[in-house]
Amino acid sequence: MEFTLTDLTHLLPIVIVAASVLVAMTIDMFTKEADKTLGWFTALSLFAAAYVSLFFVDKTGVHLSGVVASGGATNILHFVFTFGAGVVALISMEYAKKTEMRVGEYYVLVLSSVLGMMLIAAAKDLAVIFVGLEQMSISFYALAGIRRKRDKSVEASLKYFLLGAFATGFVVYGMALIYGSSGTMALDTIRYAFPDLVSQPLFVLGLALFVIGFAFKIAAVPFHMWAPDVYQGSPTPVAGLMSTVGKAAAFAALLLIFRPVFDGAENALFPFLAIVATLSMLYGAIVAIAQDDLKRMLAYSSVAHAGYMLIGFASGEATGAAGVIYYLVAYAFMNLGAFGIIAMIESAEETNLKVQDYAGLGTRAPALAALLSLFMFALSGIPPLAGFFGKYYVFIAAVEGGATWLALVGVASSAISVYFYLRVVVVMYFGKSENRMEYSVSNVSLLGVTISAMLVILLGVLPGSIIKLIESFVR
Amino acid sequence: MLETYLPILLTFAAAVGFAVVATFSSEWFGPQTPNPEKHSTYESGVKPLGTTKDRVSIKYYMVAMLFIIFDLEVVFVYPWATEFGTLFGEHGVAAFWSMMIFLIVFEFGYLYAYKKGGFKWA
Repeated sequence: MEFTLTDLTHLLPIVIVAASVLVAMTIDMFTKEADKTLGWFTALSLFAAAYVSLFFVDKTGVHLSGVVASGGATNILHFVFTFGAGVVALISMEYAKKTEMRVGEYYVLVLSSVLGMMLIAAAKDLAVIFVGLEQMSISFYALAGIRRKRDKSVEASLKYFLLGAFATGFVVYGMALIYGSSGTMALDTIRYAFPDLVSQPLFVLGLALFVIGFAFKIAAVPFHMWAPDVYQGSPTPVAGLMSTVGKAAAFAALLLIFRPVFDGAENALFPFLAIVATLSMLYGAIVAIAQDDLKRMLAYSSVAHAGYMLIGFASGEATGAAGVIYYLVAYAFMNLGAFGIIAMIESAEETNLKVQDYAGLGTRAPALAALLSLFMFALSGIPPLAGFFGKYYVFIAAVEGGATWLALVGVASSAISVYFYLRVVVVMYFGKSENRMEYSVSNVSLLGVTISAMLVILLGVLPGSIIKLIESFVR
Repeated sequence: MLETYLPILLTFAAAVGFAVVATFSSEWFGPQTPNPEKHSTYESGVKPLGTTKDRVSIKYYMVAMLFIIFDLEVVFVYPWATEFGTLFGEHGVAAFWSMMIFLIVFEFGYLYAYKKGGFKWA
């Protein structure tokens, strides 16, 4: 194995995050009351890594004996992970103070989960996917239970751990069967042998198990059972992290394994993907209507969004892959913004989470209400915001791939989902309430939410040039 | 064909013989002063009989986690050390530094446990 200076510069985003984990641990070890320092250190190092990933986006290459890639779509995904987690760090500072969370471990675990995600996105080998997946998941299990004095947090952690371990089992067994039938762990070798391999039942079975394992992680129906409970029980910024960048990492793994299909190979899993996508979209959109708790509502909405993104995979077109990546960027920031506002409104005892609690917010906190409305409009897919173009690109890919009915189901379930997203807006501006709830608006949290809002608008206004950039990497 | 396996048979016989001799020789040749404490079952220093609802010190999990740090370290360092000559021939100093980077990262875990009081039995 050679490790040269070129490797180091190309892998700089990963190296920055890896070093930040160690530095954050050291800060935590040697300082008392390090809340502010650690939060800012985490946010700034993640933003630095995000900047470097975009800066080096054209430096494509394969490093470390061919197991890790850099540049192109990998770096776009790195940007989502690092920038998204940076926003999470910003919205966590006030929340951690309010709820008296243990901050030392918290920021170290956030950084280490991001490192895991970056390994998944950069993987050129099944083993690297697995190591990244485990690093991400184990950090998430601990993060979900970081408020260990609260029963709900502990319950969320345990549930997520048990189901996550179960899902990992599927992934590993799938990898074993893929290795057994293809004789290699290298993704590139599998990619070129793929057209021959799909005729082997063993390989298709391995592929299906691999996809099922990650379907748990993206919370697609019928593998979504854990999501509402875990999102509701976890601290709000953690739920934001898991439902956006964590989900993006699982999709990154799926993008890697489906690469040959996007190149034009036979989409052997089409029936499976189409069914899971349909169920996720409709189930998520319909069940979310019945939710009173905003975090549960967003959990079901994330189930529906996983369904929309799976359409991109079912289409089997390169434009579908580009659409999924665009969707991931858009979804990450609109959902993070919503979670950021929920984290501000939420009280230390985890009340003020019901939709009715937001009544009258439009007059008492106009800025917050306007921002939350923006995110709700974006999530429901109303143009010209980011969510609309995300859906547009995956639906177009489905039509190109000859699965028009999937796009139609997507449009129908988007129409259903408008109801529960806009209900929040209606309650905020027209609802009457005696509840004079306390909420804590800090400038730092507001900064994180505003950054997300700007990205949501930017992605909606300039979708063409961004999708062209992504498409050039996917082909 | 079969005689090539003779050394394995001999090793097996030696292993069984050693186990039998070592186990029974202390009984045959050693002084016998039995007492009830000595005859009770030994299981990691915990009393083998009694209520199952005993409260166990949570420190066990701390010991287990710290053990994993050192155990993993040995698992990776030992094969590296035995094969270092070949690795050095193939990769040069990279063979040395890649393990050093691994160990530095590892020692952060050790230092973290130390600073957080993981080694204090309080």
